[in-house]
Amino acid sequence: MTTAISVSGLVKTFGQTRALDGLDLTVRTGEVHGFLGPNGSGKSTTIRVLLGLLRADAGEVRLLGGDPWADATSLHRRLAYVPGDVSLWPNLSGGEVIDLLGRLRGGLNQTRRDELLERFDLDPTKKGRTYSKGNRQKVALVAALSSDVELLVLDEPTSGLDPLMESVFQECVTEERERGRTVLLSSHILAEVETLCERVSIIRLGRTVETGTLAELRHLTRTSIAAELAGPPTGLAEHPGVHDLKIDGNQARFDVDTQQLDAVLRELTRVGVRSLTSQPPTLEELFLRHYEGDLAGNGRHAAGVRS
Amino acid sequence: MTTTAVPAQARAAVTAQRDGFAGTGALVRLALRRDRIVATLWVLLFVVMAAGSASASAELFPTVESRVRAATAINDAPATLALYGRVFDPTSLGAVSLIKLGAFGAALVALVSIFMVVRHTRAEEESGRLELIGSAVVGRYATLSAALLLSVATSLALALLTALALIGSGLPAAGALAFGLAWAGAGIAFAAVGALAAQVTESARTANGIGAAVLAAAYLLRAAGDASGVDTSTWLSWLSPIGWAQQVRPFAGDRWWVLTYLLVFAVLVAVAAYALVARRDHGAGLLAQRPGPERAARRLSSPLALALRLHRGSLTGWLVGMALGGLIVGSIASQIGEIADNDQFRDMITKLGGQRGLTDAFLSAEMAIIGVIVAAYGISATLRLRAEETGGRAEPLLATGVGRLRWAASHLTVALVGSALLAAVLGLFAGFAHGAAVDDFGQIGRVLVAALVQLPAVWVLVGITVAVFGLAPGLVLAGWAALVVFLLLGQFGEILNLPAGLMDLSPFSHTPRLPGGDLTLTPLVVLTAIAAVLMVAGLAGFRRRDLSTS
Ligand SMILES: Nc1ncnc2c1ncn2[C@@H]1O[C@H](COP(=O)(O)OP(=O)(O)OP(=O)(O)O)[C@@H](O)[C@H]1O
Ligand SMILES: [Mg+2]
Repeated sequence: MTTAISVSGLVKTFGQTRALDGLDLTVRTGEVHGFLGPNGSGKSTTIRVLLGLLRADAGEVRLLGGDPWADATSLHRRLAYVPGDVSLWPNLSGGEVIDLLGRLRGGLNQTRRDELLERFDLDPTKKGRTYSKGNRQKVALVAALSSDVELLVLDEPTSGLDPLMESVFQECVTEERERGRTVLLSSHILAEVETLCERVSIIRLGRTVETGTLAELRHLTRTSIAAELAGPPTGLAEHPGVHDLKIDGNQARFDVDTQQLDAVLRELTRVGVRSLTSQPPTLEELFLRHYEGDLAGNGRHAAGVRS
Repeated sequence: MTTTAVPAQARAAVTAQRDGFAGTGALVRLALRRDRIVATLWVLLFVVMAAGSASASAELFPTVESRVRAATAINDAPATLALYGRVFDPTSLGAVSLIKLGAFGAALVALVSIFMVVRHTRAEEESGRLELIGSAVVGRYATLSAALLLSVATSLALALLTALALIGSGLPAAGALAFGLAWAGAGIAFAAVGALAAQVTESARTANGIGAAVLAAAYLLRAAGDASGVDTSTWLSWLSPIGWAQQVRPFAGDRWWVLTYLLVFAVLVAVAAYALVARRDHGAGLLAQRPGPERAARRLSSPLALALRLHRGSLTGWLVGMALGGLIVGSIASQIGEIADNDQFRDMITKLGGQRGLTDAFLSAEMAIIGVIVAAYGISATLRLRAEETGGRAEPLLATGVGRLRWAASHLTVALVGSALLAAVLGLFAGFAHGAAVDDFGQIGRVLVAALVQLPAVWVLVGITVAVFGLAPGLVLAGWAALVVFLLLGQFGEILNLPAGLMDLSPFSHTPRLPGGDLTLTPLVVLTAIAAVLMVAGLAGFRRRDLSTS
């Protein structure tokens, strides 16, 4: 089996709200898959459908080779889930919650549990209601990471963690990947996604707008170029791949569609290049391009906003 | 220099004080918006009960003699004195017809007040919603003030409407107003108790529990004071706010000055609550948290084990309460037989209840009340399912190898077995106390059976709650509504002359009246079957529906 999760055409409505509107998602076995999208775009809803907590209205959903609604219990023994907003029982200590969730999942690795408590600097004797948000999150993370499961489903697992703990988390996920586990990671933290994920899916308004490796996605965006030429630049303004061109004597600054980079460079060398700096697209730019224009239609699903 | 600094400081302190209340108005409007339907329904319910009793009794007791007869029957029996209190003027129509609603109604108003205040203070704080509000321009006293204002306003509205309704049914205006204000006084006094309880603990559930326990203690004090006095109440009644509400004596002297007791009590308790708000941190209580175990005990490895752990505290409290209640009921029961010199009372209670003797009649009447109380436990334990779901604590469990049925069954098992335990403990203790008093321990079995036959009706209410949870989770409070309706049908259906078909809706009306009556199995089997069908329907619905998210 090479796909851990495959979703196609998934639709989920809540009354008037169409939270998922034909969403597609494929996660290959053994990869760390980033799941991104603006607030309210449907990430948590997708994850809840994958866990059989919500029932899909339409579409095909397969998880670890089974049907997440019909085979929920048997599938759940093979995965661990960290919700975005962890609620704990007020009277149970963190250690009790970790053990309980592990046992209900079919057992947890004691040495790994203790090691994780150490690394996350978590006091397991505190009661649920006295934990801070970040520490509640850690309880769920330790419970999930110390179970021997094939798939980790993490919904914004680091919201509320401090930078030190964020890096501990990144180490842990890297180790999980080396162990061959599959991870679905929903996140708003781009640096985290860039470090951990092989492939990402970006969703907006309940639909997938982009999916692929980071290298592939980078390819879809623009590179910034600043060049000093031998003479006045010509032919750049007309070139379809060139944007935001600023010419100052022999100097030119512009952005170029990465796919057109080769053709535009040839234009430059035709004039003669004295110096050249190029900046690859940042992930921020990539995401912002997909997130933008979403602010107005967020959650309301105006027709035809698909990019 | 110092001369100018001092007034500046004083002014700063005054401003800080005033700032503490900033935003109260906005919060009151928000609370009114959230509560407008529920609060209106509660107020109307009480008004209708009062007006219904008043106009029905006018027909029931047309002459002074008939009133005196009914009042003497109540005043001469410790059991009715304990339950309802004393009729202070046996000739007064108002005093006789509203005796069942005086102390009992005041306690219900008080209970609603406690829940209302806790709902708008500690429950909000616990859920984290207050933090959002607290960071806006809202002073630290604002939420408490808003909650208190809301319940004071509700209590006063209740007083006014009740008074008008009573005047409308032909009772004297002064007494009607005194009656309404006695209720309002109890409501305001216990709003303050709720406010104080909300500051002491970190959980709304515990705060409600503390408030209800204080109320129960107040009711018991007055019950003891009223039942132990000869011709009047003893000082024990004067220790209880519910006792004060009664000592206003509406329609029997209208002693307005007693209302100041309630007012002073409310102010003192509220001041204590304000003092605590000023001293504690947001989200914290006064009762500190102790650290828990580092690892889970071996047996904490199933949903049922978790459910037992979560219900442990409240179930223990209920069991202790039932044991105490059983002892009280059992020991009062034997005294009933000694009141031989009152023919009317014997007449009345034998007619009302069973066939074999006063004691049995009294016990079977008490058991019917116990049935309602145990049902309240069953409903609240079942509603834990919904609280866990909307609190986001079901989600992580259901994402493990635990199926929905197994999870739901865990809390349901506690509700069913827990209610059975409560009835059994009550029956055993009441039977033992009664047996000891009459030197016949054969009574234990009879009384135990009388308590246990209440269970099928209790389980029907659990079934209704499960059915709503599974099929229409938004209306989950319908379980409580059903209990209130059944209770009112039982208490007032006969007085209000409702059709038999309507009164038969209540499962409690089908429970055999034991001890003394016949133990008929058919209604018990039918009730249990209805309960089972409701539960199966609810569980099937829950298995098919979306899980609600927090
Ligand atoms: N139970 C529900 N009832 C009604 N609407 C819902 C429900 N759950 C989710 N929604 C709506 O579905 C949409 C998607 O929500 P979802 O929680 O999946 O977003 P998300 O991508 O996880 O956002 P975030 O990044 O803020 O966590 C939102 O518009 C939300 O309001
Ligand atoms: Mg989310």
